[in-house]
Amino acid sequence: MSQEHAFVLPNSGHNFDAKSSKMGMWLFLYTELLLFGGLFLVYMIYRYLNQDAFLLASFELNVWMGATNTIVLLTSSMTIAMAITALQKGNKKLSITLSWVTIAAAIVFLVIKYFEWGAKFEHGYFPGMDHYNELPHGERLYFYLYFFMTGLHAVHVIVGAVFILFVIRGIQKGKVTKDRYSLLENSGLYWHLVDLIWIYLFPLFYLIH
Amino acid sequence: MTVAALSQPNFFQAKKGIASWLFTLDHKRIGLLYLYSIGFFFIVAAGLGVLMRLELLNPGRDLIDAQTYNQVFTLHGVIMIFLFIIPSIPAVFGNFALPLLLGTDDVAFPKLNLISWWLYVIGALFALFTLFYGDGPADTGWTFYAPYSVRTGTNVSMTVMAAFVLGFSSILTGLNFIVTIHRLKTPGMGFNQMPLFAWSLYATAWIQLLATPIIGITLLMIVAERVLGIGLFDPSIGGDPILYQHLFWIYSHPAVYIMALPAMGIVSEVIPTFAQRTIFGYKAIAYSSMAIAFVGYFVWGHHMFTSGMSGPAGFIFSILTFFVAIPTAVKVFNWVATLYKGSISIEVPLLFALAFIFNFSIGGLTGLVLGALATDVHVHDTHFVVAHFHYVMFGGAGFAFFGALHYWFPKIWGKMYNKAMANLAFILLFIGFNLTYFPMLIVGIMGMPRRYYDYLPEFHEMNMLSTFGSWIMITGLIIMIINLVVSKQRGAKVSGNPWNGITLDWQTSSPPPLHNFDKMPVLPEGGPYNYPDAISTHEEKEKKDDE
Repeated sequence: MSQEHAFVLPNSGHNFDAKSSKMGMWLFLYTELLLFGGLFLVYMIYRYLNQDAFLLASFELNVWMGATNTIVLLTSSMTIAMAITALQKGNKKLSITLSWVTIAAAIVFLVIKYFEWGAKFEHGYFPGMDHYNELPHGERLYFYLYFFMTGLHAVHVIVGAVFILFVIRGIQKGKVTKDRYSLLENSGLYWHLVDLIWIYLFPLFYLIH
Repeated sequence: MTVAALSQPNFFQAKKGIASWLFTLDHKRIGLLYLYSIGFFFIVAAGLGVLMRLELLNPGRDLIDAQTYNQVFTLHGVIMIFLFIIPSIPAVFGNFALPLLLGTDDVAFPKLNLISWWLYVIGALFALFTLFYGDGPADTGWTFYAPYSVRTGTNVSMTVMAAFVLGFSSILTGLNFIVTIHRLKTPGMGFNQMPLFAWSLYATAWIQLLATPIIGITLLMIVAERVLGIGLFDPSIGGDPILYQHLFWIYSHPAVYIMALPAMGIVSEVIPTFAQRTIFGYKAIAYSSMAIAFVGYFVWGHHMFTSGMSGPAGFIFSILTFFVAIPTAVKVFNWVATLYKGSISIEVPLLFALAFIFNFSIGGLTGLVLGALATDVHVHDTHFVVAHFHYVMFGGAGFAFFGALHYWFPKIWGKMYNKAMANLAFILLFIGFNLTYFPMLIVGIMGMPRRYYDYLPEFHEMNMLSTFGSWIMITGLIIMIINLVVSKQRGAKVSGNPWNGITLDWQTSSPPPLHNFDKMPVLPEGGPYNYPDAISTHEEKEKKDDE
């Protein structure tokens, strides 16, 4: 009878399963892609309808700041990938350092974003401001989409950075280890998504002529 | 088996106290938490439905004025869609039964499962909050069509945020089920040995995952439009209201299959159990679920035939809509073929399953009338649409929900309900349902528009019939609920397997122990519905008759 009491199914949902958590993360990433997908669709339609206005409005953006941010994010994607490899090879310390570098890059990205947005606010380009209200409809849509999409992306940068911070604590506490690295890997996957979305946002808003 | 069952505390006894429920990680308890919360909202929204029917008893104003009527049908729709029918079967019976059917002890992410329920509660509170805060609940209809949803003074933003949070809950449940199905099937069970309810949940989960984010972002855009006045959807400031309709239906049409597919899964479980016979065309039923999910993703345009769609686009959407009927019909034929020469025992769950087939066939065939371009223009936005929708959703998914409740009732509580009362409740529900909605099909064809609190005198008789039907239906509903609540306390105790089912959920005691199985569940030889005494071919039947 006591034997039966101790019976545990081999396929228990309470077991740690690296493949499950990775699959769960990938599925979550699909939902994120579709969340932005709705916005990309709206962008595509209004860009098609207001080609000149979108072009004119895009000249207000600072390409150099955007390009710097792109490089910062791409580099951070590399460092988080290196952090995963470092942990897999058992180098805990290096992994933590590289994760911190990734978070630092996230902060740099947000600071640059802050200055970019700050300049737009100063010139009254935020929806509802006086200058914004005087713009033609097409340009208003452009700036609305610009703030909505880069704003939503910035929220994702913050969430990703907090996620990595959480994983760093896990590594320090010994919960995320060489053999149990899936949490770090998942934070990396999420970070790559944040990076990937920016890779599309950058040309859509700054570069297309 | 019985000795072991006695020695093990079941999942009700394993832990005590209110906190052990509110913060439980056990899928069975989370399923029940959903059952109670969803049941509460169902009763609220059903009450609103009866109120509307009461207003429509006579032409002119009886009880409530036009504005209140608008708010009542919006709240009825929002609660029924987002708080009842979308989560109903997956969140209640998916949670309770999926791990049992797969032979495991929980879903893949138990904590995420609990978070899903809490998100559901938060979303529900948002929706209820609109009743007491601001300028009253939204009066836009559950579709929140722009530009009215942007301009109305009622509390649309809050209602929309409720739908957003509930969408998140739905996504996480879907994600959990997909991973559970991929990773936690009992050893030896492949996809083609999975019970069909698991298949239908799998198809549903993919829709939840891939369609819900679109509505999330669209609803956020509605809120932004209301706050900032951009001109995204409001044509008076340059926006495009048709774009909103597209974005809305890109989610909300697949969402119809989030509601219907799990119901079809329930029917596929109930019919073989009460026919004691192998399901006919297992693979056809399983794959047709996936086909419905896939094709269902591309038919949203049929909601917009009258709102300025180009001819070719309308034609394509219409054809694709007709394609959905094929896998649906495949299922219906297979269910009926399963019953053929089975040893049928007419129990309450089977009655609900048969009622599902009947109601859903009417709902599905009237759906073809709406999916055809020419007829849709005639009946668009009439009571015909209301009747079609309720035949599919209430007569279909709702009846399957009740069927599932009666099917797994002995599994959940280890007791049996009063069958005579349950039969009576079923008969009243079935008659009441058809009496309520069939007249709507007729007045719809005659041209009575939906969403008005008043109507022309020539529609009076049919509306009276419909309102009488709603009284019969609500009586049946009350009897059913009282019967189940009383039986949960005082019902006769039953064995672990009162229906003689062979899926894995019946291989453990009732109620199941905390970790579901005290010993390794045994897969039935040759497929999940391969009843040992079943007569699967005509020849065997003849042979048996000769003996």
